[in-house]
Amino acid sequence: MNETVMLTILTIVTAATPLVYAAIGELVVERSGVLNLGVEGMMLGGAVCSFATAHYTGSAALGIAAGLLAGVLLALIFAFLTLSLQASQVATGLALTIFGIGLSALIGQPLVGIAFSGLPSLHIPWLSDLPLIGRLLFSHDVLVYGSFLLVGLVAWCLNRTRAGLVLRSVGDSHHAAHALGIHVVRVRYLATLFGGACAGLGGAYLSMVYTPMWVENMSAGRGWIALALVVFAVWQPGRLLLGAYLFGGISILQLHGQALGINVPSQLMSMLPYVTTILVLVLISRDRGRIRRNAPASIGQAFHPTT
Amino acid sequence: MYRETVLKCVLRVLGFTLLTATALTAQAADPVKVGFVYVGPVGDHGWTYRHDIGRQAIETRFGDQVETTYVESVPEGADAERVIRKLASSGNDLIFTTSFGYMNPTLKVARDFPDVKFEHATGYKRADNLSTYASRFYEGRAVIGTMAGMMTKTNTIGYIGSFPIPEVVRGINAFTIAMRKVNPDAEVKVVWVNSWYDPGKEADAAKALIDQGADIITQHTDSPAPLQVAEERGVYGFGQASDMSAFAPKAQLTSIIDNWDPYYVARTQALIDGTWESTDTWEGIASGMVTFPEYSVDVPDDVKAAADVVREGIIDGSLHPFQGPIVNQAGEEVLAEGSVFDDKTLLGMNFYVQGVQGDLPK
Repeated sequence: MNETVMLTILTIVTAATPLVYAAIGELVVERSGVLNLGVEGMMLGGAVCSFATAHYTGSAALGIAAGLLAGVLLALIFAFLTLSLQASQVATGLALTIFGIGLSALIGQPLVGIAFSGLPSLHIPWLSDLPLIGRLLFSHDVLVYGSFLLVGLVAWCLNRTRAGLVLRSVGDSHHAAHALGIHVVRVRYLATLFGGACAGLGGAYLSMVYTPMWVENMSAGRGWIALALVVFAVWQPGRLLLGAYLFGGISILQLHGQALGINVPSQLMSMLPYVTTILVLVLISRDRGRIRRNAPASIGQAFHPTT
Repeated sequence: MYRETVLKCVLRVLGFTLLTATALTAQAADPVKVGFVYVGPVGDHGWTYRHDIGRQAIETRFGDQVETTYVESVPEGADAERVIRKLASSGNDLIFTTSFGYMNPTLKVARDFPDVKFEHATGYKRADNLSTYASRFYEGRAVIGTMAGMMTKTNTIGYIGSFPIPEVVRGINAFTIAMRKVNPDAEVKVVWVNSWYDPGKEADAAKALIDQGADIITQHTDSPAPLQVAEERGVYGFGQASDMSAFAPKAQLTSIIDNWDPYYVARTQALIDGTWESTDTWEGIASGMVTFPEYSVDVPDDVKAAADVVREGIIDGSLHPFQGPIVNQAGEEVLAEGSVFDDKTLLGMNFYVQGVQGDLPK
């Protein structure tokens, strides 16, 4: 395989990974019946906190942990407002995004202009040295492997475990779940915090691997793309992974297409990742039954045990 | 009784503080208030960051005589008018609006506040109380194009563009013309990211260009991400709008710095002196609006010398970045030897010169 193709694939992986993290978290949140539009804000919170921590402590591991924690804390605000105080999820989520953008800019003020070496790629003895597949499969950074593991874990938990069943039942009908003795609010709290943690990790990936630096609003709308991916993937982890890589892949390929001088207007090329991802996911989800089976029926609705 | 005394004491202290406070504010003669509207965050380390440095220069120069405020990340559109109107009605004497898309809102508010002075960056609509100002960044592109032409080994330069508008196309052409003068075999590959600011996408574009053989990267987008990629991949690049060497100590050969400080200070001075007039300013290297940091240690002496020749030529007027003969992509001569493009042609530039690969999206 030629060097360019190899490098291109590696670039696609880094472009897709933050989307995978943010989207898989939101998938779990939505499956529990909560719509958190604050993904962008939580990603930025994660990005700035992980960068700051990694910079001041010199430890990448602590940086990742800080990103995760920042996402959780921001999600906690959202959970408290919407689940305990029954505020509107849509309004609160939007507010969380705006809050996250502002807060991260404030925290990040002293960090602008600081360079960071980034997260090292793993080197697995023997495996990484294999020709071709060594570089392709066994020499990414730890967060890339983590994202695949996470998607697998979420898929397994959702479909094969009791906890997953409980989560889905809460998302489908909170009243029925409540009648069965399930603590609806607690389940939703946990799901929302999980979503925050994942968005925080996605943000950490942005500021530590994708573009290892801090600049304001560096997520540039990726939180919103993650939100859209969840819907187009029909709330299924496998399709979500496919969607994220499709989006990342075409984003990168269109840039290559331009550099090669392919005679297509660049505006059209920039549109391609969105159009293709939507088209493919819509096509594979033509089965209405599947949508009905997977879409959480009580998404976005407030729940109070007494009503 | 006791309670009353205490209360009186408290009131007196309060009253005294209030009095001194008013006295203090009255003492310092009314400062001139200067407002700024920014399109991005001050922490973008690029376009907006440099405008804010200019604002700080006003504060440093005039101290208590001025009071500056800014509103950042204001979208170009309906919001902009609201923000500009707010700044005008809250007593600002001079307001700088620093993005092209603020043109019509600024004009509209300027009509409603004839006593307030306005300055709009990069636009072309003026009024008695509305000036415009812009910078001839393309002069800087001619300097870095010369350096790139001499330093490339693969004869491929990667250029990351934001939007295919005359401002950006002019930069690409100025760069390419200068590059081809020193290296007729070199070519420029352009990738448009259709955004002024998306660090991730800019980095991806840089990677794509490097993967396709570019060994020097330059950009007309605002984040330092492409340079960071250049550093990581061991190729060279140029900073944009500000000195970005912190992100790429090895890769940044030099940078085109937007230097608004002298202009902002001069305009504030004019306002204080009562000599402010509506003007149209378009300045470049000669007036110090475009500056460069030190060349990096990796720049060979002959390249430094050649870059300096271009720089000095532009300053003394002996060299124009768009000097004939200029040939377009089809090989047709669009400008004859001995003449230069006038400002009108420069402002509406919508074609690529020879040496740029691919078609210009329209």
